[in-house]
Parts: sequence; C-alpha cells; structure tokens
Amino acid sequence: MASARLLLSRSCCSAAKTVTGHGQRSLSVSSAVLARTHVSYEVKDNVAVVRINDPNSKVNTLSKQMQAEMTEVMNEIWGNSAVKSAVLISRKPGCFIAGADINMIQACSTAEEVTSLSQEGQKMFDQIEKSPIPIVAAINGSCLGGGLEFAIACQYRLATKSKKTILGTPEVMLGLLPGAGGTQRLPKMVGLPTAFDMMLTGRNIRADKAKKMGLVHQLVDPLGPGLKSPEERTIEYLEEVAVDFAKGLAGKKVTMEKKKGLVQKVQDYIMGLPPVRKQIYKTVHSKVMKQSKGLYPAPLKIIECVQTGIEKGNAAGYQTESQNFGKLAMTSESRALIGLYHGQVACKKNHFGHPEREVKKLAVLGAGLMGAGVAQVTVDKGVSTILKDTTQEGLGRGQQQVYKGLNDKTKKKSLTTFERDGIMSLLSGQLDYRGFENVDMVIEAVFEDLSIKHKVLKEVEAVIPPHCVFATNTSALPIKDIAAASRRPEKVIGMHYFSPVDKMQLLEIITTDKTSKDTTASAVAVGLKQGKVIIVVGDGPGFYTTRCLAPMLAEAVRALQEGVGPKKLDSLTTGFGFPVGAATLADEVGIDVAAHVAEDLGKAFGTRFGGGNVEVLKMMVQKGFKGRKSGKGCYVYGAKSKEKTVNSGAEEILMSFKLTTPPAVSTDEDIQYRLMSRFVNEAVLCLQEGILPDPVQGDIGAVFGLGFPPCLGGPFRFVDSYGADKLVQKMKRFEEVYGNQFTPCELLIDHAKNSSKRFHK
Amino acid sequence: MASMLLTSLRSSPLTSVQTAQFAARSLSTSVHLQAQAKSKKTLAKPGMKNIVLVDGVRTPFLLSGTTYADLMPHDLARAALQGLLNRTGIPKEAVDYIVYGEVIQEVKTSNVAREAALGAGFSDKTPAHTVTMACISSNQAMTTAVGLIAAGQCDTVVAGGVEFMSDVPIRHSRKMRKTMLSLNKAKTLGARLSLLGSIRLAHLAPELPAVAEFSTAETMGHSADRLAAAFGVTRLEQDEFALRSHMLAKKAQDSGLLSDVINFKVPGKDIVSKDNGIRPSTMEQMARLKPAFIKPHGTVTAANSSFLTDGASAVLIMSEEKALAMGYKPKAYLRDFVYVSQDPKDQLLLGPTYSTPKVLERSGLTLNDIDVFEFHEAFAGQIMANLKAMDSDWFAQTYMGRKSKVGAPPMEKFNTWGGSLSLGHPFGATGCRLVTTVAHRLQKEGGQYGLVAACAAGGQGHAMVIEAYPQ
Repeated sequence: MASARLLLSRSCCSAAKTVTGHGQRSLSVSSAVLARTHVSYEVKDNVAVVRINDPNSKVNTLSKQMQAEMTEVMNEIWGNSAVKSAVLISRKPGCFIAGADINMIQACSTAEEVTSLSQEGQKMFDQIEKSPIPIVAAINGSCLGGGLEFAIACQYRLATKSKKTILGTPEVMLGLLPGAGGTQRLPKMVGLPTAFDMMLTGRNIRADKAKKMGLVHQLVDPLGPGLKSPEERTIEYLEEVAVDFAKGLAGKKVTMEKKKGLVQKVQDYIMGLPPVRKQIYKTVHSKVMKQSKGLYPAPLKIIECVQTGIEKGNAAGYQTESQNFGKLAMTSESRALIGLYHGQVACKKNHFGHPEREVKKLAVLGAGLMGAGVAQVTVDKGVSTILKDTTQEGLGRGQQQVYKGLNDKTKKKSLTTFERDGIMSLLSGQLDYRGFENVDMVIEAVFEDLSIKHKVLKEVEAVIPPHCVFATNTSALPIKDIAAASRRPEKVIGMHYFSPVDKMQLLEIITTDKTSKDTTASAVAVGLKQGKVIIVVGDGPGFYTTRCLAPMLAEAVRALQEGVGPKKLDSLTTGFGFPVGAATLADEVGIDVAAHVAEDLGKAFGTRFGGGNVEVLKMMVQKGFKGRKSGKGCYVYGAKSKEKTVNSGAEEILMSFKLTTPPAVSTDEDIQYRLMSRFVNEAVLCLQEGILPDPVQGDIGAVFGLGFPPCLGGPFRFVDSYGADKLVQKMKRFEEVYGNQFTPCELLIDHAKNSSKRFHK
Repeated sequence: MASMLLTSLRSSPLTSVQTAQFAARSLSTSVHLQAQAKSKKTLAKPGMKNIVLVDGVRTPFLLSGTTYADLMPHDLARAALQGLLNRTGIPKEAVDYIVYGEVIQEVKTSNVAREAALGAGFSDKTPAHTVTMACISSNQAMTTAVGLIAAGQCDTVVAGGVEFMSDVPIRHSRKMRKTMLSLNKAKTLGARLSLLGSIRLAHLAPELPAVAEFSTAETMGHSADRLAAAFGVTRLEQDEFALRSHMLAKKAQDSGLLSDVINFKVPGKDIVSKDNGIRPSTMEQMARLKPAFIKPHGTVTAANSSFLTDGASAVLIMSEEKALAMGYKPKAYLRDFVYVSQDPKDQLLLGPTYSTPKVLERSGLTLNDIDVFEFHEAFAGQIMANLKAMDSDWFAQTYMGRKSKVGAPPMEKFNTWGGSLSLGHPFGATGCRLVTTVAHRLQKEGGQYGLVAACAAGGQGHAMVIEAYPQ
C-alpha cells in the first residue's frame, strides 16, 4: 500500500488560517516598522539578523504578508551601508519555514494567478541570490518547499543537527512543483540525479544527510539545558554561530564554495556531457511513467522544468517553472492531493476532547502480526506495554517482530541502538494476566472468532481495573456483538489497525451506541500517540473500510472467473491508480481472511455483496493457497520477495468456476469501473447510513487504509470530480447485466440528479 | 566571572592573600570573617565512627606517552602503593583491605588492585579489589573503604586509583575475534582452513577503545563543547580558566605545595619527581588553537581541556581510633559523601552541580562554610558551566527540583593549587588527588571544611565533605 506512504504526515505547506488582525494594522497610524508582525530585524556588529515568526500559526509559511514584510525588510537592509552581511533565522523552535501558504494557492481560480504567485516568489529569491551582501540561512526545524527554496537562494546555510530539522521539497505530494526557483537551483546545487530524487519523491532529508549532499554548509549541534530551555538556547546559539559565519563571509574569512572531492568533480564532468544528461532525463521519465502510470502530472512537469532550465538557460527555465506551477495548481490531481492533505491534518486531531485518564500502561492480547505491530507502535512512543500471548512460541515470535521493527530503524539511523534498548525495555512479554490490574487500556488482537473474543473479553474483565478500556482489533466482526459479552459495554470499542501496523498510517475506530464519549476520546488519544491517522466510524458488519473493500474484491473474483488473469487484473487496477493490484491485494490480505469476510458480509448484506463465487476462495484455502503468507495464492511467491508467478493451481480452480464473459461490460475500462463503482457506491452508502460521519473521513479511510488512488483523492472526491451522473449511468449499464450489485444508492442518485450537490465544497 | 578570574590571577600573589587571611583570622577582628561562622562546629555524628585520612600520595602525573610509556598499569599502582608505605610507615600486615579504581583496564590485570598489592610487597593475606566508575573511580574506592570501616568490617584500608593511557587495549574486530574463537574449537584441518579462508581484509581492522559515551556515541569533548555553549560560556572564559589552572599549578609546584607527589624511579629511566603537564602559556597562544571537537565554531580546544595522563594515587584510610592507637596524626576526617547521576547526553558533565547541594544538605552546611574547594577540571568549559548552573535559581528549580540555587564557590577558594587541566587527569587516580589536596590545603590554610566534587562519564557525579583534623 505504497500510496499511503506517498503522503507522509508532515506539513509541507501549512494551511493555517490567517487570523484577523491585519485589519487593525491598516487602521493604525503607527510607523511601518512597528506594524511588521511577521518579520523583524536588528543589526548586530554590521550583521543584520532577520527573524521570522508568524504570530498566528505554529509554523511559518510564505504567506503574502510574510513575503511583503520580507521584501520591505530586505530593502531596508540593502539600503543600509553599515550592514555587511545578514542572517535569516526563525524564532519558532520547530520550524524554519514550512512552505508556501496552501490557502494562498487554493484561493486562486486561474492558472495565470498561480503563475504570477510563482513569479513573485522567483523574483524575491532572485534578489536574495543576487544580494550584494552575503545572507546566511540559519535553519532549525522544518525547512520545506518554499522554505527550502528561500534557503537555497541564500549564500550560506547552517542547520541544526536535530531530528526536527528536515529539509525537502514535498510539493510533488500535493501535485505541485517547487515553484519559486527550486527546479532551477537544486540541480545546480546538489547535482541532477539527487535533485530529481528530492523533487520527485518529496522525501524528508535530515540535516546530517543534507550536509553530505551539499545542501547545507555547516551543522550546528542542538544544546541541552543551560540557563534557558534547550529549545530557546539552541536557537540563540544557532544565531550566534550564524552571526559569526556571516561576519566571516563578509570579511572573506569563510569561503562559500565547498571544496569538491574527486568523485564530485568526475560527476560534474560527466553531467556536463549533453548525451549523458539526455539519458538521465529519459531514464527518470520512464521510471516516473512506470511508477505513476502517467496518472500524476506533477513529476513529469518537474522533469520538464529541470530540463528546460539546464538545456535552454535560466530565463526559459524560470518561465517554464512558473507556468507549469500554475497549470498544476488547476489539475484535479493536485486538488485531490491537497484535499487529502487537509483531511489528514483533520484526522490527526482528537475531536472527542481530552480523555479523563491518560493511558500510561497498555496491554495487547495476542502476539501475532497485528498484536506485535500494535505493541511496537505503542512502546515506540514511550508507553509501557504488556504483550500477552497464550504460547511461548507465539510470544517469542511477537517479541522478535517488535525487536526487528525497532532494529531496522537503527539500521536506518533514525534510532540509536541505545534508544532501541530503552524502547524494548517498555515491552513486557508474558503468558499470564500479571499486571493487568494496572492497565489503562487493553487492545485484543486474537483470532477473528466471536466465541474466542467473548472468552478473552470475560477473562480480561475479571482482572482489569474499572476505568480500563477494552479495545478490539477486528476487521469485520461487529463490535456490538463482541460487546454483548461485556459487563461494561460503555468501555468497549473497536480499533481496526491495518497490516503492517508500523507502516500503515490508518486506524479505524469503531464506536457502538453504548460506547462512551470518554472511551472514544481515550482510543483516539492512544491512536494519535501511536502516530495514526484516525477515522471514527459507526458499528456494523465490516464497519467502513472492510465493507468498501469486500464488494470490490467480490467483483475482482468475478473478473477472475470470467477469465481475466491475475496479472491483467493487477494491471487494470494499478492502471487506475491503486498502488497494489486487486489480485496481489487479495494475496496480501490473505485468501482465508478474504473468504471469511466475504462470507460474513455476504450473510449480512445479501446479494449486493455477491459477484464472484465465495466457493472459489474457499477452494483455494482448502488447497492451501492462502496468499502471500502460505507462499501461494493467486500467485506463487519465490524465496526472494519480488519474484512471483501466476499460480497454476489457482487458475485450475478458476477454470472450474468459469463464468461466461458478457461482452457488453467487459472492456478494460468497464472492468476498472466495475471494480471502482462497487467500492465507491458502498462508501457512499456508508455515509448515507451514518456509518461514516463525513466524506472527509471516508476519503482518508479509503486512501490510507485501502490504497484507493490518491490522485483521485478518495471515493467522495472522485464522485465530485468524475460526476455522480456519469458514474450512475455507468452503474446502470452494469446493473442491467449483473443486477443489484450495481444498483446506485439513494445518496449517489441524489447527487446524480442535482449536479450542484457535492461531497466536498 | 572572567574578569574576576583574571583579577585573582593578576593582582596579588596567592600566598600574600592567604597570609593576610591567616593574620586576620588569628586576630579575629575582621567583621567579614566573623560573619562566616560555621553552621556546625564539627560533623562528627554520635554513634558513628570517625573515619580519617591518614595520608595520601601519588606518582607524578605525566602526559601519556612520556616517561611511563613502557610500564604497565599495575607498575604505576605499585609505585603509589609503595610510596604510601614509605610515607606512612604502616606495617604491611596491618592493612585489612585494598581497593583501587581504574577506568580503561589492561585485560591481563583486570583486578589491578590485587596485582599491584602483590607487586608492592603487601601481605598476600590482604584481599584487594578494583572498582570502576569512570572519572570518579578512586572516589568510589575511597568511599568503599569508608563503608568497610563504618560497617566495622575493617579498620585500615588502602584506597587508590590508577590510569595508564600510554597503552590501551586495542582489539581485533568482533568478526575476527569470532573467527579466532571458532578456530580454537575447530577439530579438523579442513574446518580450520575454511575458517582461515573466511577471514577478509576488513576483519583485520582493529577496534580502538571507545572514547565516546556508549549510550549516546558522543565524545566527551563534544558534549563539553555543547555544555559550554548551553551555558553561554565563551572561548575567552575557558582559556582564562585554563590559564589560571596552569599558573596556579605552577606556583604550587614551585613553592613545594604538591607534597603528595612521590619520587618514582622508572626502570631504565631517571627518577621522576614532578608532574610534566603544567605549561602556563599566554592568552594569545591559547587563542590561536583551533577547536578540537566541534569544528569550526566550537570553543573547547586542546589547551582548555584536560589531557591524557598516566598516573596513580593511594591514600590510607583508617578509623580514628585505630589511627590514634597506632600513633598516627591524621590529616582529615572523611565526612558525608554522595553520588548523583543525570542525563548522559545533555548533562553529562554537570555532576558537581547536582552533588554539591546534596552533600551540603546532608552535612547541614552551606556553601559559605566551605573553606577549600577542589573540583575535578575535566574541561574549562565544563567547570565554567557548572559554576553558572550552581549560580542559577532557574536551573535549580527547573532541572534539580530545588527551591533555589546553591551558589557558585568563590574563586579564591577554588582549586588554588591547580587542577586536572594543568596537573593532569589519570581517570582512575584523580579522586584521591582531590581528597589529599583538600586535606593539605586545609592544613596549610587553616580552614575547617573542604569540598570535593567531580563529574564522570555516564552522567554521574560525586561530592564529599572533608573536615580538617584539629591541629
């Protein structure tokens, strides 16, 4: 489910609302200097220290206000002959500049408007680059998007060697490109391949890596406590060091140019050869096409900007950059991705208030893949956790999984071995209920069987304190059925994690009508601590996510029965934007799980969940084709994780359940829309039935939990952008052939009838 | 602070200040001195044995790689032990127990206390053990001795410490060690050959003993530089303090105050009788040095850090009763002591800040009661940072959970005979030097209470109150 990883949780551009307050400014008669709220400066020993601080937000963004004040300040500094150099620093401990102001871009209605925003940015940074005095950017905290473009226009860069200091150009994840000179300056600074890597993946770069890449000149160590708090003193220290460097630059004691090593020189020489560059553009282009299936326009535009700048010169490069930036901002893909970004921010908040008691000790029942995963993300955030299993072997495997998960982080250097050991010490593996009397929350991840869940619930309730929340991790069993065995159903809640827990960002929390608000608040608080993006949905068979996925998988099985091979099916689904093909997805989830869910939900929802024959799945399970975990499913998995070939055994089963292919609805596009429309229709139905509280959570759940194409922004945004009427028309055509599986739900029909009705404004 | 340091350096020679003080005290006419009446007349506790420092000695502390270069750690320890025997004349069989501190251990003599004791001619009936607690190892050895005597298990204990940085254990890489160990077990020629064949060039890369904190992988100098920056200690302040240390040490050496140093005849070489790391320089020369750890903008340099040192020390600790019975005139009482520990990353070297108020509280004393301060000088920046931390109410309240600051020691009482920066710092041996120096300074200057404080790797710290033995 790579898609979920595509959108990392961070603010590349902030959506902080500009609070009123500027109004007062225009009324006041005070001097311009006093009126500046975002940028201030003082001159120390001929060094102008420019400090930025957006008073209305946790992060600094390049809003109009910020830009205007910055231009004003810089002009004053340039006009002051006593100033020999300058330092640019943020007063916020965790943020240099987090990027451009998204709202500013979203407020534009035409590509031209956005292009002119880009041009203003380019112009400002051009002046910075050509500054007559050296400017040192002192970076502490996030330096992303426009913030990084600002920094690389400066003559010298210092960065604190802190985990919070990250540099990057995440615009691509919003369907945009670095539109203020980034596509032009980065290749010159870090070289073509690295620049492409940065801009096309949008990944975060830590300060030490940035130093190695040549993105920053010097690192400054973060400080511990002194006579002030560590955060405050670290910024002061950074400023002191930056002022020293600024003086050194002005006095020519510090050189801006880094000495190039032999490797660098050779690389520069090779990159100087036009045929080599051409080959790079070609390779990068084909890689992008392969990974994005051409569904994302931004990466291609980025390549175009870089290529134009290098091959045709600066003027052409900057022009292409601003024009492409404008065009991209108007694409549905960018809107979808920005929508997801906003949704993600919204789903990272606790809308249920502070729980009465913070969860300080947690217990996980069942040390399987899920249980151990939950334990890992919990101890990782400093919460002491009991991992209980019934067998020594199961427990050992689970503890090893947690250890491996953490140890892999040490290999990536995001954790030291010492930190790893400290985190592991929070995990207590055991076979009994010792210590459960002090536990604030229990998350059970035992086998998906109602009677086992009941047994466990009763055992646990006998030992836990009255305030303890009992959360059940199930993908389909209705929570109220599980809660039926509870003496305290108000404390029972569903917490549906996605596998692998440490990688998948989504957590689906399910409340019954008996679940108390405090229990929900507590579950959300724990989920947020675990770093999850959270949707809170109502109870019912399959809740939201499983319920949407089931009809799509049923349709996938039907397609397989109709003779669409697993490979073809995969390419059709990935071609639509799903990160994982439907057949591979079934193998990943587990054919047995899929069979289980299909049968359960089939019983609950009747023929609407029909399509493929459940017997196909059951037969596969019988033959041991349980998917990836058993080595065979739709595919046969080789020893190396990437090898897979179609499982002929599965094909034989499919042959024995062969269905005739109705030609009217079997073009590639039809198959894609058959899969898609059943997913979307079920999602809309969930909203209609009140399982889903709002379309935002529906979109987030589908994209982050199920890999719904991020470029479409989720099922609800898809209906908005594709058009409910068009979708309904398609479904009616399928309905004629297959029946009620394709009957559009009422809400969808409402939207089809009235085109002004939209799920998202 | 800096200016204060300089004036104390430049103005009057130390001895004259002291003379003036003694004179004032004996006349007891000075209002200033009357105001400094001690909170307590003595720290003796009813029902508790008085434990005394009879005497202490040390070998000269030498820069590693100089005259001691060909010795082994136990040789140095042996020299200190023999020196103590000579100095005190204690019959060898009267010693009940020997405890030694050492940090980087020679693998062949991991219990260096026992090897040195045997080599120094102590009775083979006297048990000996070695303790390790980074730079406060010999403090730990001494307090172990205090514990043994207080508990009534022993009456006479020799404690000491040794460090030998001229030679450190450099190991084969883990992979190579594994192969070599397997080679021992391999039975057939074929198995041996295949093991030998598995050796790669990379396996031959040696493994140096870690100079970094294990938990954080940060070297101590780097941490000291960050600590200095956190407390806003400037390069100038550090250089001034380092220069002060060297100048005071030189003065103490020249005027024969370092009487704890014994002569040591190094086999095949001349008799060594002086510390060789004392090098008073000038501020200009010191300013020229480049930072040693955080480059290029750090402030900790080779000149304002303690250097790698070879040396050993030993002290004789007894119950007062026993000492008097044996006809000794003890030098000082060893009173309350504490060990503290804190965050090994950002507060690695703040041990004195944490231990000082704690031990004073335990003794019922205030900072004003202390006449003699001997703090271990790991880095000038570390000392300055500790002084600032001790003088900060905010730090005391925010990080130490105390109501108010303990205050910074007055510089005229602080490390006036030099310190680790100038005399040298053999990790395992410094603690005994500090305690012996306090005893000697109290005797010389006529004060009553002294305070020893030190930081150590691992974010640990120690402090001990020492009371002058009535003269």
